[in-house]
Amino acid sequence: MLEIKKLTKVFNAGTVNEKTALSAVDFSMKPGDFVTVIGGNGAGKSTMLNCVAGVYPIDGGHIILDGHDVTRLPEHKRAKYLGRVFQDPMMGTAADMNIEENLALAYRRGQMRTLKWGVTNAERAKYKDLLKMLDLGLENRMTDKVGLLSGGQRQALTLLMATLKAPKVLLLDEHTAALDPKTAAKVLDLTQKLVEENKLTTLMVTHNMNDAIRLGNRLIMMNEGHIAVEISGEEKKSLHRADLIALFEKSSGSTLANDRMLLS
Amino acid sequence: MTQVLLGALSLGLLWAIMTIGVYITYRILDIADLTVEGSLPLGGAIACVLITQKVNPYLASCIALLGGCLAGLCTGLLHTKLKIPALLSGILTMIALYSINLRIMGSPNLSILRQPTVFKPLTTLGLDKNLSIIIVGVVASLLIITLLYWFFGTELGSSIRATGNNQKMVRAQGVNTDTMKILGLVISNGLVALSGALIAQSQNFADVQMGTGSIVIGLASLIIGEVLFGGRSFYRRLLALILGAVAYRIIIALVLKMGMNSNDLKLFTAITVAICLWLPQGKELIRKIKKSMVKEGA
Repeated sequence: MLEIKKLTKVFNAGTVNEKTALSAVDFSMKPGDFVTVIGGNGAGKSTMLNCVAGVYPIDGGHIILDGHDVTRLPEHKRAKYLGRVFQDPMMGTAADMNIEENLALAYRRGQMRTLKWGVTNAERAKYKDLLKMLDLGLENRMTDKVGLLSGGQRQALTLLMATLKAPKVLLLDEHTAALDPKTAAKVLDLTQKLVEENKLTTLMVTHNMNDAIRLGNRLIMMNEGHIAVEISGEEKKSLHRADLIALFEKSSGSTLANDRMLLS
Repeated sequence: MTQVLLGALSLGLLWAIMTIGVYITYRILDIADLTVEGSLPLGGAIACVLITQKVNPYLASCIALLGGCLAGLCTGLLHTKLKIPALLSGILTMIALYSINLRIMGSPNLSILRQPTVFKPLTTLGLDKNLSIIIVGVVASLLIITLLYWFFGTELGSSIRATGNNQKMVRAQGVNTDTMKILGLVISNGLVALSGALIAQSQNFADVQMGTGSIVIGLASLIIGEVLFGGRSFYRRLLALILGAVAYRIIIALVLKMGMNSNDLKLFTAITVAICLWLPQGKELIRKIKKSMVKEGA
């Protein structure tokens, strides 16, 4: 479903701040795979996700989505394959527009925008049912501006928007990192539910080791622009944090000294 | 006095169309677009030249609108394709239009005295000039806000609104934000040029300087409209722009009547706009001061 071949990304090439964020990364996902991505700051997790989404041009390699080489496609043209949720809950929605307008924008992801009415009554009924499922009371606030919602509500809404039109690949970029633990757990439950119900191929970046172990059928750990550890299937099911840390230290030849990741 | 107020009302209604154009860029797209200072006289120039060439004034006004659309397209391309900051792109187009407007008219100003205008059919019916302008202004501005109300409710219009809000999200939904910005600038400057065409016909001449300060007038009208007449619904907000433009002209007419030197007008307008733009923060400041005073009192 997603194939990454020799993906290389260098920031600030040719300057003193040159940084190779990704060096010749190979990675692929089969339909229905749920891969969690873990790694320290600057390991290249988010960069990989952004390269797939087309946020910036890459310096080498190919990205193939659903059999199409999208390496040279701009961000908005790749959107038809991708559902995205960002770390910042403010980033996934348009604050000055109301809930149903935001959903309607997402419902037309990858389609040509025409002069047809932006939100139809048939859609409204559908949105209402979907919002009920979130259990946040949003179904009664469909004409409220999204800017009035809390971070957790906005993130839940963004998640719903990202899956409203089933994407080929769902990209989650530390989408619970900015939420309080209780809300984060709720949004994560919702993520699991939506992914299972729609059998979505999902790539989830996280800082939380427990979440990375608990969710999904595959786990990759990144370090300095490489995939350092890859675990899947039965091996992943019986995985513990200590195993993961040991695996990491063995493969990277260094000790894991990333506070944020250890603490989480 | 009645004549003064009627004059202000008629002028305000024609400038209202320009204010609506400014609203599209300033509020919806979140871009301060200075192109308008050039597209307003561009509209006037195109309309007047065509009218002197015996073109039907309604057709001439429509062509003026298209001319404004082209000016907006130019700014849009500078901004999105050459990645020049929006403010600077607008300034570049505005400066270029100064020469272009001189070329179109062949002189710094062009009179169309005793030529037909869009107001002529009404004045020939025996209506007063101001009244004719008011009727045309009301019909045109209401028609435009109705069209825009519809347009910004469509899929395309919604995408433009969202672009002004959160570009990252809009791109993630598969919309080309560059195209949306260009489209918004095109519509905005088309309206500004139409406004210029009508203003020129109402005063029977076009002048290459008629756009000077127009962005500030547009902003002043917009903010006065929002503060005095604003509401929650989109149609109400559009209507507030028309009322704001009229209110601005009435305020100006009154201060002139009270004896202000007309040379000081632009200074007055600039100060008014600066105060209005500060108002949201000012309200917050006043609230804080009040709060601290209450605390001290207690």
